[in-house]
Amino acid sequence: MRIPVETFRLDNGLLVTLSEDHTAPIVAVNLWYHVGSANERIGRTGFAHLFEHMLFQGSAHVGSNEHFELIQRAGGTLNGSTWLERTNYFETVPSNELALALWLEADRMGELLPAMTQEKLDTQRDVVKNERRWAVDNQPYGTMLEKLQELVFPSTHPFQHSLIGSMEDLSAASLDDVAQFFATYYTPDNAVLSIAGDFDASDARQLVADYFGDIPAGSGKPPLPPMNLPPVFGQSLREVVYDNVSLPRLFMTFRSPVFGSEQYYAASVAGAILGLRKGSRLQRSLVRDRQIAADAGAFTFDLAKGTDLLVVDVTARPEIPVPQLEEEVEREIDRFYREGVTATEVKRAVALIETDLVTSLQSAGERADRLSMFATFFNRPELINEQSDRYRAVTMDRVNELISERFGENNRASLLYVPREGVESEGILAAAAGTA
Amino acid sequence: MVAVLRPKPGPPRSYHFPNFHDEVLPSGVRLVTAPVSKLPVVTVLVIVDAGSAHDPAGKEGVAALTAGGLLEGGEELDGAAIAERFEQLGTSVESGADWDSAFVKITTLSDRLEEATLLLGETVSSPAFPEREVERLRAERLAEILQLETEPRGLADEKFTEFLYAAESRYSRPDEGSTESVTALSRQDVVDFYRTRYRTGSTTVVIAGDISRESARQLIGKAFQKWPSGKPSSQRLITSARTTRRSVHIVDKADAPQSELRVGHVGLPRKHPSFFPALVMNAILGGLFGSRINLNLREVHGYTYGASSYFDWRRGPGPFVVSTAVQSEVTAPALREIFLEIDRIRGDRVSDSELSLARDYLEGVFPIRYETTAAIASALATLVIHDLPADYYDSYRKNIRAVSADEVLEAARSQLHPDQLQTIIVGDARLVRDPIAELQAGDIQVHSA
Repeated sequence: MRIPVETFRLDNGLLVTLSEDHTAPIVAVNLWYHVGSANERIGRTGFAHLFEHMLFQGSAHVGSNEHFELIQRAGGTLNGSTWLERTNYFETVPSNELALALWLEADRMGELLPAMTQEKLDTQRDVVKNERRWAVDNQPYGTMLEKLQELVFPSTHPFQHSLIGSMEDLSAASLDDVAQFFATYYTPDNAVLSIAGDFDASDARQLVADYFGDIPAGSGKPPLPPMNLPPVFGQSLREVVYDNVSLPRLFMTFRSPVFGSEQYYAASVAGAILGLRKGSRLQRSLVRDRQIAADAGAFTFDLAKGTDLLVVDVTARPEIPVPQLEEEVEREIDRFYREGVTATEVKRAVALIETDLVTSLQSAGERADRLSMFATFFNRPELINEQSDRYRAVTMDRVNELISERFGENNRASLLYVPREGVESEGILAAAAGTA
Repeated sequence: MVAVLRPKPGPPRSYHFPNFHDEVLPSGVRLVTAPVSKLPVVTVLVIVDAGSAHDPAGKEGVAALTAGGLLEGGEELDGAAIAERFEQLGTSVESGADWDSAFVKITTLSDRLEEATLLLGETVSSPAFPEREVERLRAERLAEILQLETEPRGLADEKFTEFLYAAESRYSRPDEGSTESVTALSRQDVVDFYRTRYRTGSTTVVIAGDISRESARQLIGKAFQKWPSGKPSSQRLITSARTTRRSVHIVDKADAPQSELRVGHVGLPRKHPSFFPALVMNAILGGLFGSRINLNLREVHGYTYGASSYFDWRRGPGPFVVSTAVQSEVTAPALREIFLEIDRIRGDRVSDSELSLARDYLEGVFPIRYETTAAIASALATLVIHDLPADYYDSYRKNIRAVSADEVLEAARSQLHPDQLQTIIVGDARLVRDPIAELQAGDIQVHSA
């Protein structure tokens, strides 16, 4: 199965990808800016994401919150999201409203700053602080992402600091920061625009040229500090977090080949063998057979620079002591490392991944997002059509090579959450018995 | 630089919800087929009138446990082998129960459809419910309940329905059961529930995707030929409110950085003459990003990351609820704004601009909701579960468009009951109690988490 892909670039550097599909009268518009939390300067953690919120606060010809209103009034859906390496903005609208979605994106790419005010920044700062409280501070295991980044990346690495940001840094963000960040990163030559769904390619080209053509190119962004890291940590890393959680949970993390590399696909398959769905090793062994885990899975971060991370995520059953959780997971990983995988396991994983790839492409928004991703990271949106083949080419030997390189004891970082209450009451019991 | 003039929409292209065929197979199983050939993908969704609302008293959670156990072992294969067989086909299979139905679902590439569907039929037609696996699922549910104690969102949802409905209502207890009820469940309860409720007369198979009507009929006829015949009896569901007086329940979480808020009352059943006016009214009140409650709490005051309201549509009257999480210090002012917004939408007609935003959104977004075979199958299941007319989706947009400002006002006045609002707060009682007392939102009770 292949989807059509057309690519062109405007003189100002904006890379545009188009993919027509006329089965339903809807069209998706998707913009990736090649900037994320990795680009933040010291003292401004969380700024890329706060900035994403500011992009919904209006631009020269669009009022505060009007972006949301105009798209919803048109019968469309929309949002944005921020990740370590990129920030994306997207709309899916009835196909006769394509021009509106493009115009709104162009207005904020071209002329955001006239609409920025201190009051809007202050309100969005409060909104983001509440997002942090909601998703991180008041949510069990909510600190996982920032604790993990801190544990597995060296202190000077761009991926080391918090994406949502510290309260202190959020408080420090100013309108000057907004202006500077906009001028540096929100330029057409640092962005990819994708359009997928029901549209006419020549009409779309014209609209893109009309709306985006006059936006000036940027003057380049500062280079990131060196991102490359050795393939393994070189030691076992471990951190224990005593937190307000009910069940112990272990996130065991491995440095893994970067997204899109040849080896990435073998790593992705290894992750699926370990933790994708009920027939995976961890589900079968720890959840079903040994019944020490309430849940188990594995996933990759899909980072395209430096190193990717593969994470094994296991939550203990209530009656299982913390040391046993760690031991049993380690035993599974040791066996994985020692014995490798079988061809049958590879086949299962690839079959599942392939179905997911095809089903996800049913959605215009998903097509557009993937086109933007492959264009942003590799300048090759047509990679969207090569994914199934890449996965099918993964052999048992490739996976086993990858496992022996990456799953040894010198490449494991364990982030372990332990219920705070259990620890306290154990302490109290121990004290009462006179052993503390 | 950028064109100053806002573009106008072009001429709209027409859209129709996919055509579907609704029939009863010779076996008695109902089959709904929607051939959609965009991509080589098919979703098969089996729904059985065996949802949690059918849990016998004292056996809360048995519907969910039964649905979960369907895939854990059959006549020939054990649970691990079943998972392996499906996954070798690239198919993931899931099962579960909500209030109104039990379901089993696969999404598969077309070239593996036949094998996967035959496996599905064979598995769920004769489940063995092995003791060991039922015990495991029970233990996993107990672990999930334990997790809720430290998960404020889920805890708030659960406490809200507990304080909303009368104790004898099934809706007052978690759909998957409580610690007490789940602990008491046995394998025999599961076997009995399956025998009683999983019958041809209570089962519909929905197929959406790359398949013809004729192929679907043959395939499902074959896959479900062993499905037990008969039709289970229907039951009366108690859905009365616990109280008709306003009250406040604080579930105490010392030092919580936010208060999880749920404000609402018993709402209306899905099949209700006010459905469309209530839907549009709620979109304006709290359903959209640009709704009154979200704009007020988030964009004007910065109290929250988001606030919304919704009717939980069930066969019986599910809850109407306003849901948000706010910084602990502003709990009382945020609640005051929620109460004000409920009063305001009952007080005056909504503006033309608000009405058109809600109607245009609901009408326009309609095709975007049905991009995938899974979404189409789920929409068709809704028709079956709620016994909606066959032209429901074809007339949906017309029905939305017909809602007037007067009807929105009428829906707000007849369906929102400020004098009956129940307020649940999962947060720091020490910090929020006194300021809330000043709101006069009803008697305050503090509970430990």
